Amino acid sequence: MGRKLLLEKAHVEGIRTYEVYRREGGYRSVEKALKMAPADIVEEVKKSGLRGRGGAGFPTGMKWSFIAKPEGIPRHLVCNADESEPGTFKDRYLMEFIPHLLIEGMIVSSFALGSNASYIYIRGEYAWVAEILENAIAEARQNGWLGKNIQGSGFDCEMYVHRGAGAYICGEETALIESLEGKRGNPRIKPPFPAIKGAWERPTVVNNVETLAAVVPIMNIGGEEYAKIGVGKSTGTKLISACGNINKPGIYEIDMTISVEEFIFSEEYCGGIPNGKKLKACIPGGSSVPILPQNLLLTTAKGEKRMMNYESLSDGGFATGSMMGSGGFIVLDEDQCVVRHTMTLARFYHHESCGQCSPCREGTGWMERVLKNIETGKGKMSDIDLLWDIQRKIEGNTICPLGDAAAWPIAAAIRHFRDEFEWHIKNPEEAQRRNYGLAHYADPIHVPTPPVTA
Amino acid sequence: MITFSQEKLAKVAELISHYPQGRQKSALLPVLHLAQDEFGGWLDTPVMDYVAGLLNIEPIEVYEVASFYSMYNLKPVGKFMFEVCQTGPCMLNGSDNIIDYIKQKLNIKVGETTADGMFTLKTVECLGACGYAPMMQLGKNYREHLTKEKVDAIIEECRAKAN
Repeated sequence: MGRKLLLEKAHVEGIRTYEVYRREGGYRSVEKALKMAPADIVEEVKKSGLRGRGGAGFPTGMKWSFIAKPEGIPRHLVCNADESEPGTFKDRYLMEFIPHLLIEGMIVSSFALGSNASYIYIRGEYAWVAEILENAIAEARQNGWLGKNIQGSGFDCEMYVHRGAGAYICGEETALIESLEGKRGNPRIKPPFPAIKGAWERPTVVNNVETLAAVVPIMNIGGEEYAKIGVGKSTGTKLISACGNINKPGIYEIDMTISVEEFIFSEEYCGGIPNGKKLKACIPGGSSVPILPQNLLLTTAKGEKRMMNYESLSDGGFATGSMMGSGGFIVLDEDQCVVRHTMTLARFYHHESCGQCSPCREGTGWMERVLKNIETGKGKMSDIDLLWDIQRKIEGNTICPLGDAAAWPIAAAIRHFRDEFEWHIKNPEEAQRRNYGLAHYADPIHVPTPPVTA
Repeated sequence: MITFSQEKLAKVAELISHYPQGRQKSALLPVLHLAQDEFGGWLDTPVMDYVAGLLNIEPIEVYEVASFYSMYNLKPVGKFMFEVCQTGPCMLNGSDNIIDYIKQKLNIKVGETTADGMFTLKTVECLGACGYAPMMQLGKNYREHLTKEKVDAIIEECRAKAN
C-alpha cells in the first residue's frame, strides 16, 4: 500500500463538511503557515520538489518565486480547475469529496504569494462541484479561515469560484485568465508571463487543483519529508485517473515507486483488463501524450521496467516513451481500434481549437477529416504521410501548447501503429467489420521511423 | 421586456463584487449562465443585449463570448438536453452505441430536438467523467455508466418530470 497524502481522509464519513474536516486535522497547515514568513513557505515548497500536477510538471516553488511584487499592485492566485484533458478526472474527485483540502491549500498558497483575492476557475460542466466548493468556502469563512484578519494574523483573503462555460483551451493559463476577465479563451502571447502580468494586468500565479492541495501535506510534514516520498525528481504522491478497458476505473493516489505493470494488473489498482483480454496500448498521461504499445509501455527501450513516475514514463523521449502529463491513464484492450480512437482525439482537438493560430485552426480539422476517411474506408496510402506532415507543421508553430497537444497523439499513433493504419487503407471493407487486433511487435523492440516529407 | 427578478439582480451584483472595481466584465460568464437558466435555456439576442447593459459593456462583447463557449445555446433547445460524450475514453466503453440508441429511441439526429420540444440530443467532447463511461450531462448533473436500460429510465424520468 502506497502512502496517501491527499486522499487519506477522502472517505471519512462527512469529510465534506467543515466540522469533520477540522476534527480530522484540517486547517492545521494554515495555522502553521500564518506564523511563518511568506518567503519561507515558498522555500518549503521548493524543498518539497513538488511539480505542477496539471500536466506540464513545472516545479511549483520556482513558479511561485517568479511572481512580481510591484509596490501597491494586488497579486492573485488562481486555481486551475478547468480539468478537460480526455482521460483526466482526478481534480473533480478531489473537489467533490474533500473540498476543504483545496481551500486549505489555497489559503496557505495565497498567504505565501500575497494574494488577497483568490479564484477557483472550474469548468462549467462541473456545476454541482462548484456548489460544493461554494458551500465549503462559506464554511471556511464562517470559521475565520477566510475574510479579514484570518485567525488574527492580519492577513486578509477572499476566495471565489468562477465557472467556465465549456472550453478545453481555458485550461491553458493565459486563456484561463482571459476567460476569468470575461473574454473568449484565446491564449496570450508570452512574455509577459502571468507572474508579471496576469489577471487584470496584475501578477498572477495559476496552479492546478492537485498542486494546491499538495501544499497542505507539504506544510504539515515539511518539504524535506515530502521530498523523501517517491523517487528522484518525482516527489510526493500523484493522483492517477484510470479509465478505458480496465476492471477498476477510478482515482488512485500513488507514490510514484510502482511499475506500470503493477498499476494496470494488480488488484490494488486497475485490476487488469476485463473479460480476459490482452493489453494493446495505453495513453499514460492524458490524451495529449504519446500512446504506447504494450511492449514499450511495460518496458523501456533499454529493457528496464517502466515505472509510474515523471522520469520513467518519459524515458526514451517521444521515440519510445511518453509522459506523466495530467495522470489521465487510458487503457486500450486488444479489440480496440487505434485509428478510431485517434480519430476521436483529433475531433476533440479540432472542436477545442480556439482558432487563433492558423496551423492549429486549419490543421486540427484537416487531421480529423483525413482520419475519418481512413476510419470509414475511404483512405489512401498517402494519407498516412499527409497526417505526419500536418502534425509536424502544427507542432511548435502555435501561440499555446494546444497545437502540440493535438499533434502528439497523431504522431505517436502513426509512429507505433503504422501497420494498423495501412491495414485499414488496404482492407477498407474488412476494417468496417472487425478491428485489427494486437500489433505484431518485433522483438527486440523495433521502432519504425516515419518518413519525413519536406 | 427581459429583466431579472430582484433576487437575480442581487445575485448579479454579488457576482460583480467578486472582481476588481471597473472589471465588471469579468462577471460575464457567470451572468450568462444565470441568464440562460432564467430565460428558457438559451441566449436569444435580446437576452444578450440585456446582459451587456447589466455589465455596462458592448453587445458584441457578449456575442463573441456566447458564441465561443460550448455551454451557451444560441438556438432554442428541448426541455431536456442529452449531452453525450463521444471522446476516446467514452468511445472505448461504447458511447457510439448509446448515441445510436438514443437517436433511434427518440427518432432524432444529433443536434435535433423532438417535435414535442421535450428532448435535444447533442454530442459533446470530454466532460471529465472518463472512469464512469459512457456518460452524458443532463441539466446540471452527470449520468454515468450508461446502458440502454438506463437511457430508457432517464427518458421516463424526464417525461414524468414534465407532467
